Amino acid sequence: MLDYLLPRYKVLRDDGLCIRCGVCERSCANEVHRVDSELDRVTANHARCVNCQRCVVMCPTQALAIAKWPQVNNGSNNWTLEAMQDIAKQAQTGAVLLSSMGNPKPYPIYWDRLLLNASQVTNPSIDPLREPMETRVFLGRRPDVLRVNERERTVISKMPPQLRLDVPVMFSAMSFGSISLNAQMALAMAAEELGTYFNTGEGGFHRDLRKYGSHAIVQVASGRFGVDVGYLNAGAMVEIKIGQGAKPGIGGHLPGEKINAEVSRTRMIPEGTDAISPAPHHDIYSIEDLRQLVYSLKEATCYEKPVAVKIAAVHNVAAIASGIARAGADVIVVDGFRGGTGAAPACIRDNVGIPVELALAAVDQRLREESIRSSVSLVVAGSIRSSADVVRAIALGADAVYCASAPLIALGCHQCQDCSSGKCNWGIATQRDDLVRRLNPEIAAERVVNLVRAWNHEIQEMLGGMGLNAIDGLRGNRAMLRGVGLNEKELSILGVKYAGE
Amino acid sequence: MKRIYALERWCIDCKRCEVACRVFHSKSRDAVRAYRVEGDGPKGRIWVEGTRAASLALNCRHCADPACVQGCISGAMQKHPATGVVAVDQQRCVGCRTCASLCPFGAVRIEEVAGREVAIKCDLCGERLGEAGNPSCVAACPNRALIYVESEGGSHE
Amino acid sequence: MSTKPSLREGAVRIPSGCAIAGIMDRSGERHDGSDVMAAIALMHDRCNGLGGGFAAYGIYPEYADLYAFHIMYESAEARAETEAYLGQYFMAEKQERIPTEPVRSIVNPPDVWRYFVLPHPMRLNMSGLDEAEYTMRHVFRINSSIPGAFVASSGKNMGAFKGVGYPEDIGAFYRIGDYKAWLWTAHGRFPTNTPGWWGGAHPFTLLNWSIVHNGEISSYDANRRYVEQFGYECALQTDTEVVTYLFDLLVRRHGFSQEMAAHIMCAPSWDDIDRMEPGRAAFETALRCVYGSALINGPMSVILGSDEGLLALNDRLKLRALMVGEKGSMVYLASEQAAIELVCPEVESIRAIDGGVPFVVQLDEVARRKAAESPENEPGVQSPASLFTGVAPAQAKRKEA
Repeated sequence: MLDYLLPRYKVLRDDGLCIRCGVCERSCANEVHRVDSELDRVTANHARCVNCQRCVVMCPTQALAIAKWPQVNNGSNNWTLEAMQDIAKQAQTGAVLLSSMGNPKPYPIYWDRLLLNASQVTNPSIDPLREPMETRVFLGRRPDVLRVNERERTVISKMPPQLRLDVPVMFSAMSFGSISLNAQMALAMAAEELGTYFNTGEGGFHRDLRKYGSHAIVQVASGRFGVDVGYLNAGAMVEIKIGQGAKPGIGGHLPGEKINAEVSRTRMIPEGTDAISPAPHHDIYSIEDLRQLVYSLKEATCYEKPVAVKIAAVHNVAAIASGIARAGADVIVVDGFRGGTGAAPACIRDNVGIPVELALAAVDQRLREESIRSSVSLVVAGSIRSSADVVRAIALGADAVYCASAPLIALGCHQCQDCSSGKCNWGIATQRDDLVRRLNPEIAAERVVNLVRAWNHEIQEMLGGMGLNAIDGLRGNRAMLRGVGLNEKELSILGVKYAGE
Repeated sequence: MKRIYALERWCIDCKRCEVACRVFHSKSRDAVRAYRVEGDGPKGRIWVEGTRAASLALNCRHCADPACVQGCISGAMQKHPATGVVAVDQQRCVGCRTCASLCPFGAVRIEEVAGREVAIKCDLCGERLGEAGNPSCVAACPNRALIYVESEGGSHE
Repeated sequence: MSTKPSLREGAVRIPSGCAIAGIMDRSGERHDGSDVMAAIALMHDRCNGLGGGFAAYGIYPEYADLYAFHIMYESAEARAETEAYLGQYFMAEKQERIPTEPVRSIVNPPDVWRYFVLPHPMRLNMSGLDEAEYTMRHVFRINSSIPGAFVASSGKNMGAFKGVGYPEDIGAFYRIGDYKAWLWTAHGRFPTNTPGWWGGAHPFTLLNWSIVHNGEISSYDANRRYVEQFGYECALQTDTEVVTYLFDLLVRRHGFSQEMAAHIMCAPSWDDIDRMEPGRAAFETALRCVYGSALINGPMSVILGSDEGLLALNDRLKLRALMVGEKGSMVYLASEQAAIELVCPEVESIRAIDGGVPFVVQLDEVARRKAAESPENEPGVQSPASLFTGVAPAQAKRKEA
């Protein structure tokens, strides 16, 4: 059957700069480029290009760029080229369209409509180079009242276990299997260096990474891959994953070809079998079931580790989050619909869930109305792109953020959304040895550390500008935000005033 | 002394080191000119052996007691007494291939330069004979498969 | 009162700068208001005539066991309605118009009355509340629901005298030279825009608490949203209000000493905590974990008055001036050193209050009593239903008016 699909991208090669060195050919796992010595040219198979931009970065002479396939559409705003291409693909294959990374559709990005405050005259801004500027955050459950002996300066209440973050940024769950061991190792090394945490995802905890256990969050998801009591106790926190922003309501599927010997051993499943996580946890069909799992995990970890529950931001998120707090979770994680994934049906990724900004504002407000916000921690995930997004998230009410796409981009990811092919040219979303080797964890960790350190400096600058010297003063401090381009309803859900008010 | 070490574990067979080396040692030091104008100039100072599955960059180890220097019949191949850099003076080289046959790593090649065959090898990108510079292959390596570090022994080890 | 509608506290958040002063005699001996008035008057340039006031402790020894309500009325109807309300929920031992003196610069003052009352015993009993909580809630009710009435203070053996004007004019208006107190605090205000409302002047009070404050808290909304979880409604949108509620939450409900409450609000830095020995570090870390949202950031200097004495506090970075000097049993505090030296030229050990370190002065008898008490905090009743209180002078009322 003739494939009606058009190429998505066109490789632009400046022949005047091309030296036929073949770096592009050897860099591309999709076999786009070919050095043709007879023609004395490098040719391209455009249809195979996924726009990962590895060749563009590797080319010693900057002879390459990737462009959109220059096919004009028919002028319809309804039958766009993209919509018709999806149909052509499904007509060819009869399959669910798979894609990766976060929701790319043009829904409003509320972060970009929230502006930050700065001090002028009536209170001084604070210079982070001259004054201490605190970004340390603790996550965990808090007693309503702390009982102390004031004279001895000792604590009488038993403090529940807390996670200490030196920067308010953690790395969200990405399993070994969905990403390479080198990628996970880079995040682990960076987390240790930065005084924060990476998350194993639901793919088990590889033995080579266990030395980073004090900076690991171990995830328990519906597939329970790699979960045993050793696993639960190997990390600093246990996270129950109910849902993921990129694919609320469905589980995961790691195809058998990615289950090599190491992945198999780490996940505790046979080599070459598909790893399928069920859509729900089959031992959690209601909130009281969640409570049982939370306490089972606390029992298994001797109440020494906080237990987090991660949910996707869906319509009723505030009530669900409140239920999670009451079910005994110490940390609530809300993951928005722009959060990434290694593979998801595009129909789910692009159409299910709600923006994380609104979800966060609603959850924080609801927990406050119920007087329980201060007793649990709230972490927000789902496309935190910059230090300013971190500041906005904390001002809306988060204790800290999880981010994954940003550190992956630091590792080289160019968001080509082709993770599910397993041919990641950057060595991130692949298990192919020759590709995994492209990601040297030492370099990768340095890049992630650089990114987060840079963000933290920027956070400190912004805090200082607002007249704050501790991030505690920013948490839920919505007076530091003003909206632009928002309607009354959006302002009221976000709990912020309009710029000028 | 500082030496270039090639790490097989991180070599990804991209051969950017080869390009960088050739460009640095071209007349123009410009990639397009080096490849398209200067033609088939010398290229054999570093090269990547192997395939994508396993590969390794090869170049001179600047040995403490280099066989190529001992075997050189014209005195062209010398180890600089202060820097330890092993380099060949192409004016004096007679292209006898003794060095190439003695090198245990195959890191010396005989290539045609300006109409006559001479020994070609890594000179650590020094501007003058026996001086070490900033090796361009190391700078070009995207994966730290080539590192330029102080070797564990003394400066001439 | 003014017929032109003007912005009041609660309608918007109004940043302001200020002068503050406090004078206390540890021995409990009482002094008239002339010194505190001279001190605050010297700092005239730190005020702009849009608010001034005083709090005085020990002024009503003959009614020491009764709640002294100072109430400002904008109209005769407001007074009639309030007195009817008081009649229903309290037993008044005495009520009278607070004597005032016409002062040229003070225009359209409200009608100011005082009442010495006790909760109506039967209604108190039926409410299931303790006396303080009962009284506080009715004060909030008056402030939030009777248009034109505002309770300026409601503690025992203390009172607040405040209004719109320079503090020295407000002091003359209220004839504060006629009162004798063991603790005086004073406030002169420099708001950045023009609220012309007597109720919004400072000191801010809550039962026996009174607070004068200079600064603008950058963490305001974080602190506000924290205390609002526990039923406080920050209707005035002022720093003073939120600081008062933080003290009330930490001291009255969580059982901490005033000093520990202040320590929580200006907690040591993580750098300092990291250098402490492990036991002490664990103590400070636990406090910061549990009470992180009570941490106050941004410039502030406050003087908290209570029946125990005074507590002065500066922000951690010492972004606002606050000086202290002592002489015998007397303690003097002021935004400017000259104000202290003016009223006590022979003052000793004059110095700046350290940033983030609570400066506590207790009555001698209170200090003796506290030393004998348990060093462990005893939290009060914590059932959420019992926590709901709030002051709402502005919004709700203005909608009706």
